[in-house]
Amino acid sequence: MANAAGAAPGGHRNGFWGMLSLPGVAWLLALFVVPFYAIAAVAFGRVDPILRTPVPVWSPLRWDFAAMSKVIDRVFGGDLGGVVIRTLSYVVASLVLCCLIGYPVAYYVARHGGKWRGALLAALVLPFWISYLMRMLAWVNLLQVDGYFNRVLGWLHLGGSRNWLDGDGSTVVIGLVYGYIPFFILPLYAALERLDGRLIEAGRDLGAPPHSVFLRVTLPLSIPGLMAASVITVLPMFGDYYTNTFLSSGSPRTEMIGNQIERDLLGSSQSQTGASLVLFLSAMLLVLMTYYLVVTVRAQRAVAT
Amino acid sequence: MRRHRPGRHPFGLATITWLYVLWSLVPVLVAMRISFNSGKSRSAFQSPSLRWYFTDPLQSVWHDDSLRQPLKNSLKLAALSVLLTTPIGVAMAIGLQRWRGRTSKASNGLMLVPLVTPEIVMGVALFLVFTQVYTGVPRGFTTQLLGHITFSISFVVVIVRGRLSSIGPQYEEAARDLGANRLQAMRLVLLPLLGPAIFASVMVVFAGSIDDFVISSFLSTGAATETVPMKIYSGGRATATPALNALATIMLVFTLVLVAVAALVMRRMRARQGGGEDAQLGSLAAVG
Repeated sequence: MANAAGAAPGGHRNGFWGMLSLPGVAWLLALFVVPFYAIAAVAFGRVDPILRTPVPVWSPLRWDFAAMSKVIDRVFGGDLGGVVIRTLSYVVASLVLCCLIGYPVAYYVARHGGKWRGALLAALVLPFWISYLMRMLAWVNLLQVDGYFNRVLGWLHLGGSRNWLDGDGSTVVIGLVYGYIPFFILPLYAALERLDGRLIEAGRDLGAPPHSVFLRVTLPLSIPGLMAASVITVLPMFGDYYTNTFLSSGSPRTEMIGNQIERDLLGSSQSQTGASLVLFLSAMLLVLMTYYLVVTVRAQRAVAT
Repeated sequence: MRRHRPGRHPFGLATITWLYVLWSLVPVLVAMRISFNSGKSRSAFQSPSLRWYFTDPLQSVWHDDSLRQPLKNSLKLAALSVLLTTPIGVAMAIGLQRWRGRTSKASNGLMLVPLVTPEIVMGVALFLVFTQVYTGVPRGFTTQLLGHITFSISFVVVIVRGRLSSIGPQYEEAARDLGANRLQAMRLVLLPLLGPAIFASVMVVFAGSIDDFVISSFLSTGAATETVPMKIYSGGRATATPALNALATIMLVFTLVLVAVAALVMRRMRARQGGGEDAQLGSLAAVG
């Protein structure tokens, strides 16, 4: 953008805009960067031998990586391996379901919504304004042993006496999909809506049958939107612990990384192990986070020029 | 031209979409209905009553302090988050949009990171920093508020910057040419133009704060600092009464009324100004 006023030479003008951003930047430094560094200081710090409380070490030169390597040993071949694999498989299963349900929905509303488009869009946005835990509470109500879900199964002669809330992996996956799919559909909708309809028409005019137009034109064009939607859905799922605890009565059978971290920090005051696990999780997600940041910055620049 | 394409209506897709809409909303409606149950069951509806809202002298939301307190906490947190986050975020957005140079780029990158940080990472970070470093800050409500502001700032910046790039600098330049100084141009020209975006930010910050569970619970110091999502979490697993559903329903209705009013106000603002139809949706998608 031709921001002549701001881009003009003369440091004091630029300085004014810098001053305007200062409170926000300072805030994020003090309450986002320093706290994140504190995780490292605790993870690589010491533990008071008597009180068992963490003693953060701020200088990277005096960091001790013993706790971290213990955590890594526990992940690769120890008791945490199962938890990490379970987390991965729950997240992947949820993402696949999000794609299978979310893509057709986003596609339909974006390209064929017609007169219902406004109403459908409102329905897609509505879950954003309903508290996440209220939506989970709704499922806890439905899935009680004598709840509506089992009763419907009973009418259909499909069983109907199962306890879904007692550490059932499928319940947790369905819960994650239910919870996060709005975050998947909306960005995908925005991408599909922006998609150039002329290219699809060209494909049809050239005689391609609908399914091959979809596979060779629409789908490839929507890959960036699909990627962004997937990343933004998967990131919170990896750190989720409450959906799981809420829908499985805290059963160890469905434990995810988040549960372990929460217990280490708030339950059994193993802050150092917890902090190391948080760093491990962050390292695991670094590629996804970077991908999203790069895409966002590029989009910002595309708008600004 | 985009809207009417040749070809049949895809009934398969339509079916999936409407089923999805039903699936996404019906459970919540069932939970709301249970809040009007006359009995203690939260799995089956017996007969309608307002027992869990007012009439039960001990266990209704109105009379049970352990349910009323979270409601107060949540609303107080959300209101203060909005009041404090909005000015910081709007100033940061305007600054980042015009500020040039390496520090600006770094600040912009820093501002985006909270959007992709899983809540548990931020929760642990804030928990450790308040227990190990900023030990002078009274833990509980104050730290919860600081935490909520921290994750909300980026939302405001992203929403306001979106609007800023669609406005462009020309209106402000015109005001400057007509003799306004920088602050006057900002106050009299830019801020009114940013109205809808600021309004959208207020809604998103409010909703984000009301909905937050992880940050609140990592920075909580017990029952006195419980918020509504925390209460639903702790109560939902134990043997709770439909009063919990009533609490969630109150919160939901409150938010939806606010959103409806906001939508009307924004429509009027936009009618006066024109432009930016997709700004609201775009900002929501960015926030997600």
